[in-house]
Amino acid sequence: MKKRSLLQRLIGAPYVLWAAIFIVVPLFIVLYYSFTDADGTFTFANIRELGDYKEILWISIEYSVIATVITLIVSYPFAYVMSRKREHTQRIMMLLVMVPMWMNLLILTYSWMNILEKNGLINTLLGMVHLPPLKLIETPGAVIFGMIYNYIPYMVLPIYSVMSKIDPSLLEAAEDLGSGSLSKLRRVILPLSVPGVVSGVTMVFVPSVSTFYISQKLGGKITLIGDVIERQIQAQNNYNLGAALSLVLMVLIVISMALMKKFAGDDGDNLYI
Amino acid sequence: MNHEKNIIELKDITVRFDGETVLDDLNLSIRDGEFVTLLGSSGCGKTTTLRIIAGFLEPDEGEVFFDSKNMNGVPAHKREVNTIFQRYALFPHYNVFENVAYGLRVRRTPEAEIRERVHEMLTLVNLDGFAKRSVSKLSGGQQQRVAIARALVLKPKVLLLDEPLSALDLKLRKDMQNELRNIQKALGITFVFVTHDQEEALSMSDTIVVMNEGKVQQIGSPIDIYNEPQNAFVADFIGESNILDGVMKEDYKASFSGKTFQCLDKGFAPGEAVDVVVRPEDVDIVDPGKGMLKGIVTSVTFRGVHFEIIVDIGGFKWMIQTTDFHPEGAEVGLIIEPDAIHVMKKSKYSGMFGDYSTFSDEMDEMNAPPEDEDDE
Repeated sequence: MKKRSLLQRLIGAPYVLWAAIFIVVPLFIVLYYSFTDADGTFTFANIRELGDYKEILWISIEYSVIATVITLIVSYPFAYVMSRKREHTQRIMMLLVMVPMWMNLLILTYSWMNILEKNGLINTLLGMVHLPPLKLIETPGAVIFGMIYNYIPYMVLPIYSVMSKIDPSLLEAAEDLGSGSLSKLRRVILPLSVPGVVSGVTMVFVPSVSTFYISQKLGGKITLIGDVIERQIQAQNNYNLGAALSLVLMVLIVISMALMKKFAGDDGDNLYI
Repeated sequence: MNHEKNIIELKDITVRFDGETVLDDLNLSIRDGEFVTLLGSSGCGKTTTLRIIAGFLEPDEGEVFFDSKNMNGVPAHKREVNTIFQRYALFPHYNVFENVAYGLRVRRTPEAEIRERVHEMLTLVNLDGFAKRSVSKLSGGQQQRVAIARALVLKPKVLLLDEPLSALDLKLRKDMQNELRNIQKALGITFVFVTHDQEEALSMSDTIVVMNEGKVQQIGSPIDIYNEPQNAFVADFIGESNILDGVMKEDYKASFSGKTFQCLDKGFAPGEAVDVVVRPEDVDIVDPGKGMLKGIVTSVTFRGVHFEIIVDIGGFKWMIQTTDFHPEGAEVGLIIEPDAIHVMKKSKYSGMFGDYSTFSDEMDEMNAPPEDEDDE
């Protein structure tokens, strides 16, 4: 192996230090809390108690999967269209995708509360044309919609970035060899954009499955795993159960990322050349 | 193959990009089974012409015919031509076999036939045993062969080649030139080849189309283009030439450099101003007293097979190629035989080329445009 210079070794040091203090150490603290009780004695009680939250965990996964799939269906064609536009148009479209990311999640979610409420914007408009009001807020649909709205940029951007790097001459070669639009999409664009899809799916699924704020504001009585963790720590001061629940979530996320990686690895070995 | 039949015809093609005319009223007929080369420096419109034939670009004006059928508006994937791209454009997510099989799969060819035809093609381009390789692990020359196999497996009537050899080193390039020529002869299909390299054009083509500024300058066989250039641009672009201002005294008598010479050209008005081309290898050097012209050697360069010497005659710098050494500063005589003289009508290129006083800069620019520069 090549010997690295002092500078090369030092340049990474600040981040290594940061990661050690704020990422690795807290992970061990989570582990410690998961397997101890309030007095600090070792116990499996927290782990045993997890069984009570099976259903909530299942609903969280279900909502996040639905949100991720819909986000993908909406984002993929959009990213494709965007990558084929003129550079100037691409920049404007990119800006429109990014603007919601500049605003705080709380403000965005409060705005959606106002729009979806019983007496909110949509129902007011419906009333004006003499239509009965719809129950929008406090439904699973509202929670899933909130996830999609907040995390869609994290799907669009990686897909767009991979698509805009596809060499246009590959698309011309596909046409030249007889591919119409659909065949070009299926045989060239889709396989070459898999890495973008994988990172987009990961970046939407992970925050969706652990969200608590969106479900509280738009979901009413709907409780997701993130809400349970928050309640254990905030309201009930039960750090130990909270940590155990977080551990489950982390394991779930690690499994899903490993799955995605494997999926991309099957035919994605030589995608970045 | 029918040499009398035009397989492709371009009629009055005009293309503009952002108000700039890239092809200007271009007309071109390509016969079935021919090896045609579009030759010109970057920006001359040769790649644009190829893209029009392939269907990647619609002309602003004019018509494209294949086998006398109008092709305007027919998209690339429905045209019976295939292209070899400058940087090969192989699919990185497929191996060699799947790259070559691509077009057959799109056409839903039966699996057994795909296997047979792909292997047949891989044999033709000497890539037996490479079927399972990843294309990113191949050398430039091998990638080139995959691109050729991928296009030819579809048995196109016309193969379009966009500077396919420009990324290869010199030796591989010569090998591929021969190989392409052999493949073309063996299959008997029409090749339309784009290059900026005049040597490549001269050695490979049946017909050369010299282009500049979106216009065809001359169409002809390599020998015609070299020996009978139609204007100063063609004379300068193809090979080396001394291009002189002259006057046609009468048929078979041309006057330049203050003397009148016997020549083989006729049909000009008596006293008509003309451009006279004398190729550097056609001039004989003799003792000063025995020459038709007299001059001083101003520089000598050894080129291996010959010396390239610059001789100043009345302020005009001639380039002469000779196997005998003549030192700088020596006085020499020149003999120019009638068949060494080629007379051309004046054109807008008259006076732009021909003197070798600014030889190096100008020639470098003309002969070696940057390889990665696109045509548009």
